[in-house]
Amino acid sequence: MRPLKFLLQKELRQIFRDPAIIRILFIMPMVQLLILPLAADYEIKNINLGLVDHDHSEYSRKLVNKIVASGYFRLKDNSALFKQGMHAIEQDKTDLILEIPAHFERDLIKDNAATLLIAVNAINGVKAGLGGAYIQGIIQEYNKDIRDQWVSEPHFDPQPVIEVTYSDWFNPNMNYRVFMVPGILVMLVTIIGSSIASNNIVREKEMGTIEQINVSPISKAHFILGKLIPFWMLALAVLTVGLTLARVIYGILPLGHYITIYIFAALYLLAILGLGLLLSTYAQTQQQSMLVSFFITMIFNLLSGLFTPIESMPGWAQVITRFNPVSYFIEVMRMVILKGSGLADIRYHILAMIGFAVFFNTWAILNYRKRSG
Amino acid sequence: MVQFLIFVKKEWLHIWRDRRTLFILIWMPVVQILLYGFALTNEVKNSNIAILDQSKDEASTMISNEIAASRYFNVMYYLKSSKEIESTFKQGKIRMVVIFPRNFRYDLLHNNHAQIQLIADASDPNTANTLTNYASSIINDYQQTLHPTENLPYTINTQVRMLYNPELKGAYNFVPGVMALVLMLVCAMMTSISIVREKEMGTMEVILVSPLKPFRIIIAKTIPYLLVSLLNIATILLLSVFALDVPIVGSLPLLIAESILFTITSLSVGILISNTAKTQQTAQFTSMMSLFLPTLLFSGFLFPVENMPIPLQVISNIVPAKWYYIIVKSIMIKGLGFSSIWKETLILIGMTVVLLGISIKNFKIRLA
Repeated sequence: MRPLKFLLQKELRQIFRDPAIIRILFIMPMVQLLILPLAADYEIKNINLGLVDHDHSEYSRKLVNKIVASGYFRLKDNSALFKQGMHAIEQDKTDLILEIPAHFERDLIKDNAATLLIAVNAINGVKAGLGGAYIQGIIQEYNKDIRDQWVSEPHFDPQPVIEVTYSDWFNPNMNYRVFMVPGILVMLVTIIGSSIASNNIVREKEMGTIEQINVSPISKAHFILGKLIPFWMLALAVLTVGLTLARVIYGILPLGHYITIYIFAALYLLAILGLGLLLSTYAQTQQQSMLVSFFITMIFNLLSGLFTPIESMPGWAQVITRFNPVSYFIEVMRMVILKGSGLADIRYHILAMIGFAVFFNTWAILNYRKRSG
Repeated sequence: MVQFLIFVKKEWLHIWRDRRTLFILIWMPVVQILLYGFALTNEVKNSNIAILDQSKDEASTMISNEIAASRYFNVMYYLKSSKEIESTFKQGKIRMVVIFPRNFRYDLLHNNHAQIQLIADASDPNTANTLTNYASSIINDYQQTLHPTENLPYTINTQVRMLYNPELKGAYNFVPGVMALVLMLVCAMMTSISIVREKEMGTMEVILVSPLKPFRIIIAKTIPYLLVSLLNIATILLLSVFALDVPIVGSLPLLIAESILFTITSLSVGILISNTAKTQQTAQFTSMMSLFLPTLLFSGFLFPVENMPIPLQVISNIVPAKWYYIIVKSIMIKGLGFSSIWKETLILIGMTVVLLGISIKNFKIRLA
């Protein structure tokens, strides 16, 4: 065990004597954690509305007022012609045009029907779909108001009605940040862990200091462990700071236990750092290892369910997510923090993570050669 | 000039002989485009749900079957009691539970009023909203079959036109974003690392004593990366047209010219980073944290910028990728000409000039 102790001492000194790295390791993720959840907001609001009103009637004004009063839309442009409205869309000044035809009010009252034209900038499909749905919902409501005004309905409805009641569990305020912050924390810990680990051995190779280690009486396993443990502690420290920030700033308190998170995080970091070290044993230059680890973490993060739900992915992509440690950790974080799941609920996740950790680290130890060239 | 070309050749050989790096540089955009194009979608479908049917009558079975047949839902469990709801949620297996109370059909037909309860896992608010909307519209449809409605008076019809992207494909949004991301990455991160590498290895000294002007050396270092990024632009455009069916509506030469401009902007960011960083590791972290994540966040292709708090919207203006993203969207998808994007182009040119100016001013001929 003595050689391991000395190795740890060496690694820790190396880390703490590079203030730039320490700074980056702690400050950068904190800044990210402060900014990212504010930015990563999928909730669609503030849709910019362009209006082309050919009618200028009381009804058309009421409709526009109702749309703006809903809070989802902001009236940004008021054009006389559809072509001008289109120009505003091209300039990204507006997202959606509502064209009210001439004689809208007259047609509606006299002919019992009138048609509105809505044109949506659909480059961002999700936003367009939701924006279109919102405005149609408001128009329908407006339609109902008008109908109520003209037709008096019988009070008793003889037709059978199914009432649907909703309950939103685990996040009753529908707060998007509670959902994103744990996931973003995982992403940050992953990026930091895998990139420092993947750089490390190759840095010694590039600087030539690996020669000294190769001729020292250190076993391969000790060498890998000596690299693994300091980074493992560092990454857990980053996680701790992150969880503290999540609690202080976003008020995110896990329903489950912190211990559950830490037990899983400890295993997860072993796996991710093992992967980084494995890449490091293969790479010849730091540039190479950085790019490879960046490439892999990018795929891992994209296919982790952080930004888009895993169920929506096609079958082949879902298969990949099962071999992706990041997706397990994100799921576990969300389960423990939002739903209060305990160790028993995440037992399969734990087993899978042990598998990853053993697999990557064994491979890294086997692949590390004490010979150069 | 000859000396300059020799330096470019040296740099080119560095890249060319590092086959692994080259391999990734070339394949990265391909993988990204394929992932964004085919795997990543916010569309909600095949969500795992559970049904708790306490009445098991004709009506509840009909609705359950309708829900199971929909492509949005995948009924994973039929629960037996309400006690199972919480534990099934906690194991993370389902997103929603549909609960039919006892005597559902009886209530519906005799009291004209029956209830269905939907419990959604709202940890992901958007998915929860979408799922409950889908489920209630299925239930509504069933209700409609009970009593066909006559034509209602005073009806406002709406005609919705989806401009530019009638099928609401995600790729229209992602392709310009991936272009910005890949170019930023290849140019800024790779150049900064390759310059700092020379410092770290000590070979910078050799270069600095050569007869070539120091700043030309740096320019020579960036040219091979410029070539690689041109190759990447070509790959992305070919893939988006032929694999994702995203057309290039506007002018291709204009698009390429703007892409070269953005590449130069990214290269100057890379040079600036390499000026300040002492080790490759620092260079990498700086580019990752100050470039990659902001590009991902603030260019507007993952998250709409207009949703962000005002300070962040202001910050987003200094991210070059945001302007490039607007340019690519305008040319490629909206088919607009230079007259609509001259402002964005000027901003990019301005950024490049400022960045290069700072780098030239700070460029150190002497080693510390």
